[in-house]
Amino acid sequence: MTPEILSRMKPALETRSRVLQAIRDFFLGRGFIEVDTPVRIPAPALELHIDAEPSGDAFLRTSPELHMKRLLAAGYERIFQMGPCFRRGERGRLHNPEFTMLEWYRLNADYNDILADAKMLISFVAGKVLGGTSLTYRGQRIELMPVWECLSVEEAFLLHAGWDPVRKFDADRFDLDLVGKVEPGLPLQCPVVLMDYPAEAAALARRKPGRPEVAERWELYIGGMEIVNAFSELTDPVEQRRRFEECAGERKKAGREVYRVDEEFLKALEKGMPEAGGAALGVDRLVMLFAGSDDIDGVRPFCT
Amino acid sequence: MYAVGDLRKGLKIEIEGVPYLITEYSFLKPGKGQAVYTVRMKNLLTGSTMTKSYRSNESFGEPNIEEKELRFSYKENEDFVFVDESYEQFSISAEVLGNSKFFLAEDMKVNAMYFNGQPIEVTLPFFVEKKIVFTEPGARGNTATNVTKPATIEGGYEIHVPLFINQGDTVRIDTRTGDYADRVSK
Repeated sequence: MTPEILSRMKPALETRSRVLQAIRDFFLGRGFIEVDTPVRIPAPALELHIDAEPSGDAFLRTSPELHMKRLLAAGYERIFQMGPCFRRGERGRLHNPEFTMLEWYRLNADYNDILADAKMLISFVAGKVLGGTSLTYRGQRIELMPVWECLSVEEAFLLHAGWDPVRKFDADRFDLDLVGKVEPGLPLQCPVVLMDYPAEAAALARRKPGRPEVAERWELYIGGMEIVNAFSELTDPVEQRRRFEECAGERKKAGREVYRVDEEFLKALEKGMPEAGGAALGVDRLVMLFAGSDDIDGVRPFCT
Repeated sequence: MYAVGDLRKGLKIEIEGVPYLITEYSFLKPGKGQAVYTVRMKNLLTGSTMTKSYRSNESFGEPNIEEKELRFSYKENEDFVFVDESYEQFSISAEVLGNSKFFLAEDMKVNAMYFNGQPIEVTLPFFVEKKIVFTEPGARGNTATNVTKPATIEGGYEIHVPLFINQGDTVRIDTRTGDYADRVSK
C-alpha cells in the first residue's frame, strides 16, 4: 500500500476511530466489561465452512466465541470484546483474511434481548459518528431508525427463492440461493433482520422452544451487507458435543483440516451455564457504511 | 491448475479446452455458509461472455496462451501478414481479425493472442484514423451530432457519422466498438 493510498484513506480512518470509540462507550456505559481473550488458540470452533490460519502448533482464532462463553459460564454477566480474527482464504469486497470483530454476550438473555442491544448500538454509534441516523451508501438512502424490517428465513426464502429451507434443508442450495437470490432481494432503505434459521445452519445456537426445526439465530443486513450474526446460545453440553463431532465428521469427509474439540469449553458447559445470548458484528463493514466505502480495503489499512 | 480461490480479474483460465478471460470476480460468503465465487468471463474463441458461480472445491486449467507484439505488413489474399521485431512473418486470417481488418494500416502496432499456437484475437490501438471515401452530402448548416448518416471508409467498411462529415474528411474510429469517435480534419 503506497503512502498516497494511505494518505487518501485518512478521512475513512478517522471515521473508523470514532466508530471504535463509540462502540466502547456504548458497552461501557451499559455495565458491560471489556475482555481480551487469546488470539492464538489450540482449538478453534468447529464450523464446516470456516478455516483457521495455523500459527505454529496452534491456530489464530476465527472468533473469540468459545473463550467468551467460558467467561459467561464462570458467571460474567455482560462482556464484550473487539479485536482481530482470522479466516483463511476469505478475500473479496466484504472480506479480508484478517478482520476486526466485535462480540458481546449477556447471561440470562436470548436473541431478542441481543436484537434490542443491536438496535440501540447502531443508533448510538450513528449518532456519535454521523450526528443522526440517516446515511447514503452506494447511492442508496438508508434510515437506520426507527424501522428494522424483520423477516423469518422461511418467509425470505419463499419470497425470493421460491422454496422453504426449514421444511426440507438442502445445504448447497441454501447457501447458493442465500447469496444469489435472498440477499440481493432484501430491502435497502432500512436495516433488515433475518430470523430463525434452519437448525442445520446454526451450529452454536439453541433450538427454538416448541419449534425444534429452527434455531434461534438472526442476522442483520444494512445496505445489503451482513453486519451482525446473533444467537440464543446453545448451553446444552451433550447437544454441543454432538454438533461438534458431526461437524468434525463433515470436515473430514470434505478433506478439510479437523480441529480438536475444545474440551475446556465443553467442561464449562457441563458445570451448568445459564441461558445466554450473544452476537458478532463485523466492525470493518460497519465502518464501510459510515465512511461510504465500497470495499473493505477502503477502511482497513494494509489489507492483504 | 488454478483453485477457485486463485481467480481474479484479468486472469485467463481454461474450461473444457476453451480459454476464458475473467472480466469480473466476486467472493460472496454468508457468515456461516460456504463461499460462492461468481465469475464473469469472456470466451476468448467466440468473444461471448457468461457468468457462472462456483464453490471452493472447483479447479481450472491454465491455458497455453502467448501474446506477441506485431506490426501489420501487408495483405495476401484472405490473410493478413504481420512481422515481429526480428521481421519474422506471421499470417493471421481475416476470420480471426473480424472487423479489425478494416482498421489496419501499414506499420500499425497490434497485440496478437495465441492459444495452443493458433492466433485467436488481435487487439488494435483503441483509435485509428480513416478517410471517408463516400458519403452523401449532409444538410447545410446542420451540426447536430445525434442525427447520423452512413459513410464508407477506405477499405470498404461502413460507419455512421454525423451529418456535418463530408466525403474526403478524416475521422477517428474506436476499434473496440467499430464506431465513429470524432472528426480529425476536413
